[in-house]
Amino acid sequence: MGRNIRLLVFILLLFGFALWAIVPLDSEKLGRQGLTLGLDLRGGSHLVYEADLSQKDPSQSDDDAMTGVLGKIERRVNAYGVAEPIIQRQGQNRILVQLPGVKDIDEAVGLIGQTAQLDFKEIELDEFGEPLFDEEGEPQWINAMAKGIDGEDKHLTGKYLKPNASPVLDPQTNEPQVAFEWDEEGAILFEQITGRNLQKPLGIFLDDEIISAPTVQAVIKESGVITGLTLEEARTLAIQLNSGSLDVPLTIIQEQDVDATLGSDSIQKSLIAGAIGLALVILFMLLYYRVSGLVAACALAVYGVLLIAIFKLVPITLTLPGIAALILSIGMAVDANVLIFERMKEELRAGRGLLASVEVGFNRAWPAIRDSNITTFIACAVLYWFGGTFGAFMVRGFALTLFIGVALSMFSAIVVTRTFLRFIIRFATNPSAYGVHR
Amino acid sequence: MIDIVGKRYWFLFVSALVIIPGIISLAIFGLLPGIDFSSGTTMTLRFDTEVEQGQLRQELAELGYTKSIIQGTGEGDFFIRIREISTDERQELITGIGSALAADVTVRDYYTVSPIIATETGRNAAIAVMVAAIFMLLYIAWAFRRMPKPIRWGTCAIIALVHDVLVVTGIFSILGWAAGIQIDAMFITGMLTVVGYSVNNTVVVFDRIRENVSKGISKDFEVTVNSSILETVARSLNTSLTTLFVILAIFLFGGVTIRYFILVLLIGVISGTYSSMCLAGPLLVIWDKKEWGRFVSWLPFIKKPA
Repeated sequence: MGRNIRLLVFILLLFGFALWAIVPLDSEKLGRQGLTLGLDLRGGSHLVYEADLSQKDPSQSDDDAMTGVLGKIERRVNAYGVAEPIIQRQGQNRILVQLPGVKDIDEAVGLIGQTAQLDFKEIELDEFGEPLFDEEGEPQWINAMAKGIDGEDKHLTGKYLKPNASPVLDPQTNEPQVAFEWDEEGAILFEQITGRNLQKPLGIFLDDEIISAPTVQAVIKESGVITGLTLEEARTLAIQLNSGSLDVPLTIIQEQDVDATLGSDSIQKSLIAGAIGLALVILFMLLYYRVSGLVAACALAVYGVLLIAIFKLVPITLTLPGIAALILSIGMAVDANVLIFERMKEELRAGRGLLASVEVGFNRAWPAIRDSNITTFIACAVLYWFGGTFGAFMVRGFALTLFIGVALSMFSAIVVTRTFLRFIIRFATNPSAYGVHR
Repeated sequence: MIDIVGKRYWFLFVSALVIIPGIISLAIFGLLPGIDFSSGTTMTLRFDTEVEQGQLRQELAELGYTKSIIQGTGEGDFFIRIREISTDERQELITGIGSALAADVTVRDYYTVSPIIATETGRNAAIAVMVAAIFMLLYIAWAFRRMPKPIRWGTCAIIALVHDVLVVTGIFSILGWAAGIQIDAMFITGMLTVVGYSVNNTVVVFDRIRENVSKGISKDFEVTVNSSILETVARSLNTSLTTLFVILAIFLFGGVTIRYFILVLLIGVISGTYSSMCLAGPLLVIWDKKEWGRFVSWLPFIKKPA
């Protein structure tokens, strides 16, 4: 008995600690200071990009190319200003990006996934120094080349920019533009190119699309501006130039966006559903198992508080299917209790004393509890793998939550319920209080 | 004493009644794959003014999306499924619809999957279901290794499991052509949960049979199995009831986003409870009594040996 009291005190302490850890739970904005919410609950964007590694620089290994892209995406996301983004490589050539709470998704998607290769081009000239045009009368652009520091011919690209480009407004026209500065080698190249293209257009291309072709007015060395942009485009381009162009092109192969209002709707509805489900379960247990049911209800309360505490402290990201798993695990948590109580009733009917019935009931029920829950664990493990193969955070959330829920329910049934029962049988000694009629 | 095992052929008949229409539907129509498996784009749009579904369909068609699926999901929201589109196309689509219907459009959720990933997901789903089934079989065989013929126990549990899978997929196949309900990754998730649950229930019944066989409560295996099922019937029903309570609560009040996922669980749990009580144990008896031959010859279209 002394051991049981110590266990009881331990459980109550654990319960108190867990309660302290999760209170105050701001139910209005669950997640601000409480639980970590997944994208489907707080809104945001979930993107899976695939990199075309066949287009990488052949001198680079696949891993180097991917690491480079990952780093650049990270810089872009950080510069854009997203709280708690997730940027992960998946498999050989995929990148998972999660942007919680992002408002303008189109802008964010464009910013992150665009290669943003900036090229400077000049108009091709014929042997007489006259510009060449194609059939449609468009000028023929060729890469602007010049001699670099080492005397080699180099193509002027965004690679030679200092990472301090910024969106500004032209003081005269109030037009948005991106101001940039060249690094040492870029300045040398730019000087030669502007020098030979005086009064001629210089094409500025972003990913092979022309964004502007200003006429060169003077020989320029250190800096310049890119015009012909909207303010939003200027902001995006500045971030992209500063992070550097991506080493390989990316395409979106999966995208999931959730509006924040839908997320909070889901939370509200899930809370109601969970409360109703829990109430029904407790009512049923009380009516059917009487005192044992009360014990189960208390054990369920401990279970619920511990579960939320684990979610908060680890922390584990809660998704909508995760909440479903949580509510489902309430139903399953009762299972172990039911198994035990049924065994206990059998022993009571067979004429055993209360204490003996409790102990025998637990011992007999254990193999079934263990064996049956292991099958659920197997299902969870397989699901977790499955969810990981295509970046389905919803599937993973469900599997992880169910796993934790079932594991904790075993602890709850074996330790918490048993301790409570051992305690309460001293006060409720009539077998009929446990739903047995004899 | 209620004789469950004695009515084993009745239960097989009931199962057949449920499963055969599903199998026929599966054979003819298959399952309606969602974009997780067949690629495409889905979105839920909310309009600040009242919009008719027909109007929306017409506007989508004018924008070139003729093969769209549109469903009103209540509260003025519309669920739309179209082919896979790019970020630019998406912008055009939203602004196009907004100006055509003179409404402010909110994209409540948006999901797009490319064919590359869809094919992989389909393959991985199949692998996941198979791997789960194999591990369950191995586990059950191990858990019942002290029983004579442990593989037999595992096989019967797996038959009960396959039964539940067939019930759920059959019903969803019918719902596919009847109500346009699609199969997505969450369906597979629900399915694997059902698989775990079904085996879980079967294991509890088998555990009792194992115990009663060890105790030697009867020389007749049929009697042993029957009393084992009866002894666990309260537990089986009570556990299922509490689980069904919470599932029903989510189904009715939990919002539309995961409704079909919950429906998988709802059907699966009912089927799982039934199969663990009325199929798994009786199948053991059928096997033990070598009734397979009789069962086969009982089928009317098999020619009886002379």
